[in-house]
Amino acid sequence: MENIVYTRIKEDINNNDVVLYMKGTAAFPMCGFSAAAVQVLSQLGVTFKDVNVLEDNDIRQGIKDFANWPTIPQLYVKGEFVGGCDIIREMYETGELHDLLREKQVSFEEAA
Amino acid sequence: MAMDAQEIEQMIKQALPDASVDIQDLRGDGDHYAATVKSAAFEGKSRVQQHQMVYAALQGNMGGQLHALALQTGLPD
Repeated sequence: MENIVYTRIKEDINNNDVVLYMKGTAAFPMCGFSAAAVQVLSQLGVTFKDVNVLEDNDIRQGIKDFANWPTIPQLYVKGEFVGGCDIIREMYETGELHDLLREKQVSFEEAA
Repeated sequence: MAMDAQEIEQMIKQALPDASVDIQDLRGDGDHYAATVKSAAFEGKSRVQQHQMVYAALQGNMGGQLHALALQTGLPD
């Protein structure tokens, strides 16, 4: 059971450069923290896959166990867990998120 | 079910005895908090690891009883 969920998560984060596990969708976030994460990625003009954990209870619990991280949203870049809402915002403000995207060769709007 | 700020602070300090913990009740509803945690134990850890240490201190309450805790972690000033 757990393995099937982990396999799905790994497929998603390995097949997409940037994945955001969130409550709701990028177009309609259902939680303020998820909305804040979407906002940061949008400001950077990053293309990302949104996974709505509210539609899938297995993923909702599985992603928390997977990253040993108790909350949603969760951001993954090139298969690697970057952080939750607070870390995403902090990294955006300090420019570390830009550095990370550059380093991982993910395209974004440099001027933002 | 909510947790009060004192309880949160105690749990963090139990795991990180040297920590300075500053907690704000963002909406005054006992359910949405922001915490700044500074501890020498964070030395050499990534942000993710630092937050994981605080979450571990909260022993599973994060994401359950405690819905919203905006976290900022760092080394002591």
